[in-house]
Amino acid sequence: MFTKKNLISALLAISALNLSLASNAAFALSAEEQKGLDISMEAKKRDLGWQDSTADMVMLLRNQQGQESIREIKMKSLEVLDDGDKSLTIFNKPRDVKGTAFLSFSHPVDADEQWLFLPALKRVKRISSRNKSGPFMGSEFAFEDLSSFEVEKYSYKYLGVEELNGLTNFKVEQYPVDENSGYTRRIVWLDTLEYRIHKIDFYDRKDSLLKTLTFSGYKQYLAKHWRADIQEMINHQNGKSTELKWSNYNFKTGLNDSDFNRNSLKRAR
Amino acid sequence: MRDKLYNFVGKNPFWVILVCITFAIIAGMGAQKLEFKSDYRVFFSEENPQLTAFESMQKVYAKSDNVSFVVVPKDGNVFTAEHLAALKALTKESWQVPYSTRVDSVTNFQYTYAEEDDMIVEDLVMSTGNLTNDKLDKIKNIAISEPLLVNKIISKTGHVSVVNVTVQLPGVDPMAETPEVAASVRAIKAQFLADHPEVDVYLSGMIMMNTSFGEASINDGTTLIPLMFLVVIITIGLLLRTITGTIATVLVIIMSIVTTMGLAGWLGFYLTGPSSSAPTMILTLAVADCIHILTSMFYEMRQGADKRTAIARSIKINLQPIFLTSITTAIGFLSMNFSDSPPFRDLGNLVAIGVMLAFVFSVTIFPALLTVLPVRVKVQSEGKKDIMAKLADFVIAKRKVLLPLTSVLIIASIMFIPNNELNDDFVKYFDETVPYRAATDFMQDNLSGMMVVEISVKTGKSSGINDPKYLRSVSDFSDWLRERPETDHVNTITDTLKRLNKNMHADDPSWYKLPDSQEMSAQYLLLYEMSLPYGLDLNNQLDVDKSASKIVVTFKNMTSNELIHIEGEMIAWFAQHAPQYEVDFASPSLMFAHIGQRNIISMLIGTTLALILISILLGVALKSWRFGLISLLPNLAPAAIGFGIWGLYSGQVGLGLSVVIGMTLGIVVDDTVHFLSKYLHARRDKNANPKEAVHYAFDNVGRALWITTFVLVAGFTVLAQSSFKMNADMGFLTALTIFIALIVDFLFLPPLLMLLDKEKATQSVDEVVETPIKKSIEAA
Repeated sequence: MFTKKNLISALLAISALNLSLASNAAFALSAEEQKGLDISMEAKKRDLGWQDSTADMVMLLRNQQGQESIREIKMKSLEVLDDGDKSLTIFNKPRDVKGTAFLSFSHPVDADEQWLFLPALKRVKRISSRNKSGPFMGSEFAFEDLSSFEVEKYSYKYLGVEELNGLTNFKVEQYPVDENSGYTRRIVWLDTLEYRIHKIDFYDRKDSLLKTLTFSGYKQYLAKHWRADIQEMINHQNGKSTELKWSNYNFKTGLNDSDFNRNSLKRAR
Repeated sequence: MRDKLYNFVGKNPFWVILVCITFAIIAGMGAQKLEFKSDYRVFFSEENPQLTAFESMQKVYAKSDNVSFVVVPKDGNVFTAEHLAALKALTKESWQVPYSTRVDSVTNFQYTYAEEDDMIVEDLVMSTGNLTNDKLDKIKNIAISEPLLVNKIISKTGHVSVVNVTVQLPGVDPMAETPEVAASVRAIKAQFLADHPEVDVYLSGMIMMNTSFGEASINDGTTLIPLMFLVVIITIGLLLRTITGTIATVLVIIMSIVTTMGLAGWLGFYLTGPSSSAPTMILTLAVADCIHILTSMFYEMRQGADKRTAIARSIKINLQPIFLTSITTAIGFLSMNFSDSPPFRDLGNLVAIGVMLAFVFSVTIFPALLTVLPVRVKVQSEGKKDIMAKLADFVIAKRKVLLPLTSVLIIASIMFIPNNELNDDFVKYFDETVPYRAATDFMQDNLSGMMVVEISVKTGKSSGINDPKYLRSVSDFSDWLRERPETDHVNTITDTLKRLNKNMHADDPSWYKLPDSQEMSAQYLLLYEMSLPYGLDLNNQLDVDKSASKIVVTFKNMTSNELIHIEGEMIAWFAQHAPQYEVDFASPSLMFAHIGQRNIISMLIGTTLALILISILLGVALKSWRFGLISLLPNLAPAAIGFGIWGLYSGQVGLGLSVVIGMTLGIVVDDTVHFLSKYLHARRDKNANPKEAVHYAFDNVGRALWITTFVLVAGFTVLAQSSFKMNADMGFLTALTIFIALIVDFLFLPPLLMLLDKEKATQSVDEVVETPIKKSIEAA
């Protein structure tokens, strides 16, 4: 039996559904929006089926003064078909964070679930924060720049084609759905051949150009999945930059859900 | 040569006018290139050590130009649902400010707390829809007990709060960026006030200060310069009673200013607060040349000479003294090149150029104009000359009283010089009518002062800041600072670490202490950094390698000396307690605190050099080393008395006033030159005794001296009305010094001459010939 409260919320849900259907019909996607969405769906589709992967990452941070700093991280990821991917990040350097492990269940629209194991405290802590826009380990990458790409995270607009790195590229504008995102939009260049991302421009909340991310050294794994060896992020506003170097990519290593839970955090390495 | 000059001008007046005006127009076109630099950094030369330290610190950490919205609810309580909702809206809107990189407010403060094994990081004020009184109380308690917020973002009692916007100007077009930010911030403020009539908003911060530099100068340009022209027109019109003379003078002044500013543009100068007062100063100084020429010319015409002859004679008589006084004035202003602060060097150079141009125009286009324009002389009573004669009689009669009396007054004033103390408080560069000053005063009364010092404590080791020993030192230092009565706020990473440690132990207050291992601290920071939103990261406190952290201290208002003293104590603290770390201190406050001292020292060198040069010139001009030396006394006394009186009146000496001695030296010397040259003329050429020579000097230049002094004092008094206090104080002290110079030249110098020149007088001047000479002088 429905309580009054439940009834109201059910009614609300139905009317909301109606509204969204109506709005979909009323504001059908324009041709540019549809094409932008299609390209993004195709890009996601072409990379499906990697199941799981592991890789090593070196982060090189530079400030305007020319000072440099290095971070070393191991990343394990698990493909989740009907939701955001799961990822396990294990920190190796600097030495004082060695063994710290970060588990994240990303969700396309809802807040991610995240846990952190702190070896110094010998405890796993669940972190409740909607913030994904802050700098990752003090770098110019935000956590949202590193998390898995899900079609639902953005709305789209196709801007045209442009030559880049000797390839014809689609230029697609993406608008984050999450209001906690640090960006108003991103412009993404994907080559028309393989749908690999070559460049992303990030626009901050006041819509001025904040950062540019470029990808280079693409390699194909399992004759299907393209991964870039190098990602370079340049912050135009503060003059700092961060370079990511990926190595030891492995796919279908046999990881499963049991490697991505609270208990697995403590033994992760 | 003196004859040839006017021969040419008199024969070809139209050509001279044409050439001069063409020159002025071509030069003047450069004025389009002149731009105003609205940035406090212009006050510092590139090699200034405090600026260098500050800039390198800005490169390591994030840059820290800012705008503060000071939000004051009229009901005196920030913590109501309405006001918090308003603050939240303002915080969001602030992200739209151009070049903004960070916005800090009560509502977006990243509040961390524990729930069992969960660590929650969220905005202190999430939604304002259903805030109960309990929730409001909770938010208030968290805010006013958070060391990061209290006194900086929220007042202790919760009646005022600040939304602080950090901006990172790209520096591509500095002239446009600051105004762009200011315009955006003002628009946000206007909209906010329209939406929320129940609050007041003030705007403060570095950007608003920079904006005020520009705006105060533009204000001055539109009010002070017209006012000054009015003073000139009235003075010349009333005192010399000539319309064409006034027109010609105004034209010479305009041409001098336009040409100078135009040349400045061509030469790549830019305008700043101090150098924008150059037009007013040139205006004032250019008048004197014209007055001397007009006075002599009218004198000749009244004596029956026709206009051309009168002009020719006037030029002949005045060319040398005007040239000499222009040169000495220029030297005085050029001494400002020794200043450590580029705007004052620019001011000195601009005025020096202007004064020399004014001299050139006064002896070319000015006589040409007078030749072409109709000039009539009204027969006027010579009553005014009687006043000078009476003054001369008075001074001669009472010389035995005047000399000791004036000497005592001079010495008494000089004794107050030590009352002055060095103080460059950049907030006080503006008077209370400037909104920035009002906002900042309000902030000082209700939140915290504007004296900020940034301290970078460096370990030189990667991850060095996580070392418990390091954190202990930084925490102890912060505690030591907080115990000082002058400290308003300390921002330090150790507070964040203590809070995180508490959060990690289920919010147990006994865990509000530093983590006890390197790993723990590093892992807390890793966790915390991953949970922060865009723009609220730790990059403004930690360097990229985590080898250094930055402490930011806000002090109550204090003088430069006090701040330098505290800087010394902070250095001593580290030397005693943590000598292993390299520590840098930097901030705009420190830059301004040190510049006064640096500037005074370099200006003393400059002024001494100017004094030597001017004395040599005087010695040559007066053809006597003895009188050159005697002239030092009336030349130096005015500035000394001026600073003595300033010591009684205000006692705060900053960048603006440290250049006054050099500047006034060149101007006050003119009076002495005119007086002494006439005195010596009477002594040497007319064989007068000292008393008669004094009388002769009074009769001949007394009037011209008081008229030029009147114009100069009026001009610098007009400058003293500037809302830019640096210019206003400079104007006031200069006016005072020039006025004192006249008094010294009238009341102190003559009795001194009569005393020192006595023995020689009895030797060289015979009692017998005294009467015929006196008669011949009176006849002249």
